[in-house]
Amino acid sequence: MAKNKKSLVLNVESCKGCNICIAFCPKKVLELKNDKCVIARPDDCINCGMCELRCPDNAIYLVGGNKDE
Amino acid sequence: MNFSEMTEKYYRTDKLPHIWCPGCGHGTLLNTVVRAIDKLGLNKDEVCIVSGIGCSSRAPGYLDFNTLHTTHGRALAFATGIKHANPNLHVIVITGDGDASAIGGNHLIHAARRNIDITTICFNNNIYGMTGGQYSPTTPTGDFGTTAPYGNTDSTFDLCNLVQGAGATYVARGTAYHAQAMEKLVVNAISNKGFSFVEGLSLCPTYYGRKNKKGDAVKMHEFLKDNCIDKKVVDKKPEMGENKIIIGEMYNNPKPEYTENYKVVIDKFQK
Repeated sequence: MAKNKKSLVLNVESCKGCNICIAFCPKKVLELKNDKCVIARPDDCINCGMCELRCPDNAIYLVGGNKDE
Repeated sequence: MNFSEMTEKYYRTDKLPHIWCPGCGHGTLLNTVVRAIDKLGLNKDEVCIVSGIGCSSRAPGYLDFNTLHTTHGRALAFATGIKHANPNLHVIVITGDGDASAIGGNHLIHAARRNIDITTICFNNNIYGMTGGQYSPTTPTGDFGTTAPYGNTDSTFDLCNLVQGAGATYVARGTAYHAQAMEKLVVNAISNKGFSFVEGLSLCPTYYGRKNKKGDAVKMHEFLKDNCIDKKVVDKKPEMGENKIIIGEMYNNPKPEYTENYKVVIDKFQK
């Protein structure tokens, strides 16, 4: 894992299962299970932030990572 | 519930999750507005968000700024009052296609004519979502709504052309799919001293999408991706703009601002 890598956080209570983050994730990290998003392959995440950018419900986001390191 | 730093800072997180349907483009567009405000580094107390009635107009309720949820179509009228009372505020109006161009059409053209320093962000989902899918002035001709079961026979408003014609000094169009570009347009719109209008093409999978067999939210995002083209490209190669939705900065031509002109008159009589 790269030293500056951010981690993906999912707020399941806010997720409405619209499938947008899953469809637009370039590395197919996310999956839909029981009408909610799940982070199926977190190690494949490249921190592009597309899920956070497109999520209408602020349910998925990246945390951590330090630009100065 | 846990939220990102940005959400914690600018949202009333106790009001989340919002009432918008799964996949609604309004949530994405609202985030672009919040990120634009963050990028400009505006003080939360110096921002006032005003809205009318409709799906889009629920937005200020979730935001932690000075906010005002007004009557149908009158957001710009209230915003004009706020701007006059305190010209130092950054007044941002979040409105919908029906709220801005049908019920509040008169307020829209006159706010643009006066060039008052208000930033209007119109979340255009091509339909009246909150009241059950009636066709709006931006529903494309031939498309269906609950009040247009045989297809809409009306012509469509081009909101950007309308507002530019009325005298706005900054006009742009973005989409929920092109979220990063939309964010830059909102930054420019807030920075512009004068009436700025940004039309954000949203998506309504519940009513517009279902009535017109446009598929789910992902399909509607892909429609925006495939059918929008930037104005800079069309300016160079006009043939590429055929049958496409043109997005990007449409017009940017600063003019003297209304409250400043008004202050000149006030000062004249206070001497």
